[in-house]
Amino acid sequence: MREIVVLSGKGGTGKTTIVGSLAALAESKVLADCDVDAADLHLLLAPKIKEEHDFRSGRAAVIDADKCTQCGLCQEVCRFDAIHDYVADPVACEGCGFCAQVCPEGAITMQERLAGRWFISETKYGPLVHARLGIAEENSGKLVALVRRQAREMAERDGYDYIISDGPPGIGCPVISSLSGAHLALLVTEPTLSGRHDLERVLGVCRHFGVTAAVAINKYDINEANTAAIEDYCRRNDVAVVARIPFDNVVTEALVAGQPVVEYDDGAVTGEIKKLWDIITRLAAG
Amino acid sequence: MIISVASGKGGTGKTLVATSLALSLQDNHDVQLLDCDVEEPNDHIFIKPVITRSEAVAVPVPAVDEKKCTHCGKCAEVCAYNALAVVKDYVLTFPELCHGCGACSYLCPEGAITEAPYNVGVVETGRAGNLTFGHGKLNIGQAMAPPVIRRVKALTDPSKLVIIDASPGTSCPVVEAVKGSDYCLLVTEPTPFGLNDLTLAVEMIRKLAIPCGVVLNRAGVGDGKTEEYCLREGIPILMTIPLDTAIAGLYSRGITLSEGMPAYRVAFRELYARIEEAARA
Repeated sequence: MREIVVLSGKGGTGKTTIVGSLAALAESKVLADCDVDAADLHLLLAPKIKEEHDFRSGRAAVIDADKCTQCGLCQEVCRFDAIHDYVADPVACEGCGFCAQVCPEGAITMQERLAGRWFISETKYGPLVHARLGIAEENSGKLVALVRRQAREMAERDGYDYIISDGPPGIGCPVISSLSGAHLALLVTEPTLSGRHDLERVLGVCRHFGVTAAVAINKYDINEANTAAIEDYCRRNDVAVVARIPFDNVVTEALVAGQPVVEYDDGAVTGEIKKLWDIITRLAAG
Repeated sequence: MIISVASGKGGTGKTLVATSLALSLQDNHDVQLLDCDVEEPNDHIFIKPVITRSEAVAVPVPAVDEKKCTHCGKCAEVCAYNALAVVKDYVLTFPELCHGCGACSYLCPEGAITEAPYNVGVVETGRAGNLTFGHGKLNIGQAMAPPVIRRVKALTDPSKLVIIDASPGTSCPVVEAVKGSDYCLLVTEPTPFGLNDLTLAVEMIRKLAIPCGVVLNRAGVGDGKTEEYCLREGIPILMTIPLDTAIAGLYSRGITLSEGMPAYRVAFRELYARIEEAARA
C-alpha cells in the first residue's frame, strides 16, 4: 500500500480538482480529505456517510464563578491573553492548563472540547475518510492524523493499493501532519510568482521530513516564462515535474456539475491528469 | 480602523485584494499592511518593500538543569502538549511541540527549569512608498504559526489604517489573524468550492462577532449560488472583480491591480468607503 498526499503551499492551485480526478482514475484506493478546516473534496465525490464520530481533542479552561475569589493569578500566568475579568475565552485558550494548576481555590477546570467530527463514507469511486474541524477550533493537526490513521487502517485491512489524500494549503501543523511518513507528495503549483515562492517553501518541508516530492504545474500557459522558471528550479533540485496542465474553463464547468474533470471531459486537461497518474504511481512505488 | 482580508478557500484573491487596497489608499491615508499568512506570505512579492528590520520569533521552551532536577515528573505531568518526558534519570524536551505556556518552569518544585528561546520564525518590517509594511515567516519544518502571527499583529499601529492579510482556512491561524479587526473582507470566487468555504468563513467571522462583507473575484465563472447565498444571509457584496486573463497575467508577474490597471484604484477607494460605512453601521 502506498500513500500519496497532494499539497501546494499556496491555496487554490488545484489540489482538490486533481484529487477528484485521481479518485476516478485510481482503481484500488482509499480517499482521505486532510484539509479539515476547509474541506471541499466531498463536493466532487457525493459521499454517502456510513459512520460519523465526534472528534474530542484539546481542553479549554472553565472558571467556576462561585469558587473564584478574583485573585487574578490565572490572568497573570496566562500567556495567551485568554482570561479577562475572571472569565476564560474558549477561542483564545490554548488548553495548556497552567491556570487550572495554579488557581489556589481550585476554581478552574479544564474541559474537553468537541473540536469537530469525522466520517467514513462511501463514494462511487471508493471509500472516503473525511472530517470537519469545528469553527475556529485548534488541533487541526491531530484531526488530520486521525483521518490518516483511519484511512491507513482501512487500506491495510481491506487490501487497497493506495491512499490518496487531499492536503491543506500552507506549511504548518496540518500540512506536516498530512505529510510525515507518506510515500509521495504531489505538489500542485501555478506559474505565478506567489505559486513559485510557496512551492519552494513546501518543497523545503518535504525535504525536512524526508518525503519524495513531484510537481504538477497547473494552468501552465497563463505565464509560460514562470512555468519554465519552475521547471528549471525543479530540475536543479532533482524534483520531477510530472504534469503541465493547461488553463481551461472546463475545470470550473466540471466543478459546477459536481464531477471530476476526467469524467466530465476528454480534452487536454484530462489527458495531462491521466499521464500524471501514470507517472506518480511509478514514483510512489520507488 | 483595522480591516482583515480572509477567505476560507485558498487562492481566491486575498493577496490581490489586500495589496491593491493598500496601494490604492496610500495617497490619502496612512496605511499599514500586515501579512499574517506566515506559512506562505506573498504580499512582499507585490509590494516589494524595503525591509529595514528583521527579528527572530522565539517560543520560550523549557531548559532543564539536570543538576537541580530530581526527576519527579511534575513537568511532564503538567505539560498539555507532551513537550517534556521524564525517562529514568533524564528529562527529554521536544521544543517543536511546546506552546511556550510556561507551566513547567513555574511549577517545577526544584526550580530546575528555566526558559530558553526557540526560534520558530521571523518578523520583518519595512516600507514601500507611503506604506508601512510588516510580515512574518514561519520557519520551514515548524508547525505552529500562531506565535509568529501574534508577533506580526503586535506591530499594529492604531493611528494608521491597518490592512491584515490572513491565511486560508477557518482554524487557529485565521482566528489569530482576524480577531480584533473592525471589519473583515471575505474574498471568494463563485464556484461550489468557493461558496462552501465562504459559508465556513462566515460562520467563523460571526463567532468572532466581526462585521463582514464579500469581494467576489473571478465573477463570471461558476454559478450564481454565491450571490444567492449572500443575499439570503444579508452579507453585502462590496466589490466584484471579473474573470479576466489580463488580471491573471498581472497577478502571475506579481503586479497589483492598482498598478497594472490604475482604473481599479477608484474601485478600491470606493470599496474602502463602503467598508467605512458598513463598519459604522
